[in-house]
Amino acid sequence: MKQCSNPITMELVKGIPTTVLWKIYMTMLKIRMVEEKIADLITRKEIICPCHLYIGQEAVATGVCTALENNDYVFSTHRSHGHYIAKGGSIKLMMAELYGRVTGCSRGRGGSMHITSPLVGLPGSSAIVAGTIPLAVGTALAFSIKKNGGVSVAFFGDGATDEGVFYESLNFAALKKLPIIFICENNLYSTHMHISARQLNGNIYKKAQIFKMPGIQIDGNNVLEVFQAASEAIEDARNGKGPTLLECMTYRWRGHVGPNWDIDKGLRSKEEVEWWVDNCPLKRLEEFLLKENILSESKKKQISKQVNEEIEEAIEFAKESPFPDKSEVLNDVFKS
Amino acid sequence: MRKLSYAQAINEGLKQMMREDKSVFLIGQGVTSPWYVGTTTVGLLDEFGDERVIDTPVSENGITGAAVGAALAGMRPIVTHPRMDFMYYAMDQIANHAANWYYMFGGKINVPLTIRGIINRGGEQAAQHSQALQAIFTHIPGLKVVMPSTPYDAKGLLISSVQDDNPVLYIDDRWLYELKGDVPEEIYTVPIGRGVVREAGKDVTILATSYMAYEATKAAARLKKEGIDAEVIDIRSLKPLDEALIFESVRKTGKLVIADAAWKTCGMAAEVSALVSENIFECLKAPIKRVCLPDTPAPASSVLEEVYFPKDKDIILAVKSII
Repeated sequence: MKQCSNPITMELVKGIPTTVLWKIYMTMLKIRMVEEKIADLITRKEIICPCHLYIGQEAVATGVCTALENNDYVFSTHRSHGHYIAKGGSIKLMMAELYGRVTGCSRGRGGSMHITSPLVGLPGSSAIVAGTIPLAVGTALAFSIKKNGGVSVAFFGDGATDEGVFYESLNFAALKKLPIIFICENNLYSTHMHISARQLNGNIYKKAQIFKMPGIQIDGNNVLEVFQAASEAIEDARNGKGPTLLECMTYRWRGHVGPNWDIDKGLRSKEEVEWWVDNCPLKRLEEFLLKENILSESKKKQISKQVNEEIEEAIEFAKESPFPDKSEVLNDVFKS
Repeated sequence: MRKLSYAQAINEGLKQMMREDKSVFLIGQGVTSPWYVGTTTVGLLDEFGDERVIDTPVSENGITGAAVGAALAGMRPIVTHPRMDFMYYAMDQIANHAANWYYMFGGKINVPLTIRGIINRGGEQAAQHSQALQAIFTHIPGLKVVMPSTPYDAKGLLISSVQDDNPVLYIDDRWLYELKGDVPEEIYTVPIGRGVVREAGKDVTILATSYMAYEATKAAARLKKEGIDAEVIDIRSLKPLDEALIFESVRKTGKLVIADAAWKTCGMAAEVSALVSENIFECLKAPIKRVCLPDTPAPASSVLEEVYFPKDKDIILAVKSII
């Protein structure tokens, strides 16, 4: 995976204000720390609902969402926490949802796979593989009809490109030049299956060509490369030049679901996991920012402390929140 | 007799069918996965190889269509969907193609296909990982639908499904996988279209599907202690439906509670209720009661799951309301 160890260079920093670089660092750190915490809470059986952890993929959600405006929409998948946090969703409300509390972002009805934050442009996340890709095309269609300059993003994994609806969505978005970015997070696995067991031509970005759409493969673990590529694609979309498919090469450290590593089950090798852990997207950014004096040790500590406090507060909020009343089960089937 | 778990019974049924008939093969998401379909496919890849145990990309529509096509070419595929929820993607191939084919082409070419749909709910998995869609499929002409509730039936109905010359939807339930029971070692069938009386009784008929048959048996045992003699029917096949067995029981008891852990509106319980009212109305001594899911999607929070999924106590309450 040569394309996933590109060094972060000063070239990539060009035009990005220091405050934005700090925000990028903080978002990635926040996703990492929240997910590590959730892994721990699952092990301690405090969280019951199935959680698909985003550890290792933080650079993708962070790079893309930092390049978006608040009113732009993103759609997420069963692996939803990173997108939610990067788009600005409240950790308190997410944690309460994971704890099954009525104060959760979906009132305890959705759990980890179905978190939402409409106010920051996350209409929802679906556990049906590829299920949200056409929905993101639909919001892009609405933006283009309304001419409000909005951009829509569909996040999905490599597994989603096994589904027919992925191709239908690309075709229609290209045909109508819709303002949408298709972000494929290629983490090489669809549950237990490596991409080589599923597709003969695993170069997902090349699938864009048949729809006359730009398709680019990038190092999804280099957050600034993701940010720059996403910024260009978003600008094109906003200016009526149509959609882009960005294939971000990355890796989920933990197994498909839950805190385990899926090494013991014979699904992937220890060496493979270790290679990716060594190429940690967060560590790469942090080392670069420190080396270039963009981030000082004291600023780093301050950010870490702030994130930690936010997470502890969120857990406390979740634990102190009530469970839904039993009558809640019948509510909200229809809007009255 | 030898005891096996429900999951082991499915596994043995699959193995024996694949050994017996070279045209049988297994295809679908997770059939080689260590967890996706429980332990029901353990050892199959080693014994039969990846030409007959085919794990697939997540392409439910395409893969189900391919299984239908293989059946048209003389194979007997078993296409597996690890969650019924994901079968909506395959709805077109099942309803428009597999189920219609034989009729639509004047009985010239049949589709000997087993579609295995797994119900896997609970554990705060929420609305897209919890659905029991038997009613939707039972609605479709040309498709048989079975739901075993014991290890014996899990194997026997699987074998019947594979040997049937029509598309059969075989629905198994993860909540039953650890349940142990008598399972003969040899190949045997449980006839599709025949229900079974699990407990004989005279005061009330409890008709149940799948996992609810297990809950109904527990309910009957508790009711017996209170002097209520309930007859439990495990209907096993939703299509064709064993109407004769249902009518015979209701003629005797005059009272009917139907337990089906799926949505109430237009569900199996509604269908059975309509059949009884239409045919033996004069035998009824009380209103028919339905124990089903409320008409809402499945919630995540355990607190809500607790009230959402019906149990033996709900059956007991329904029985007492008409006794």
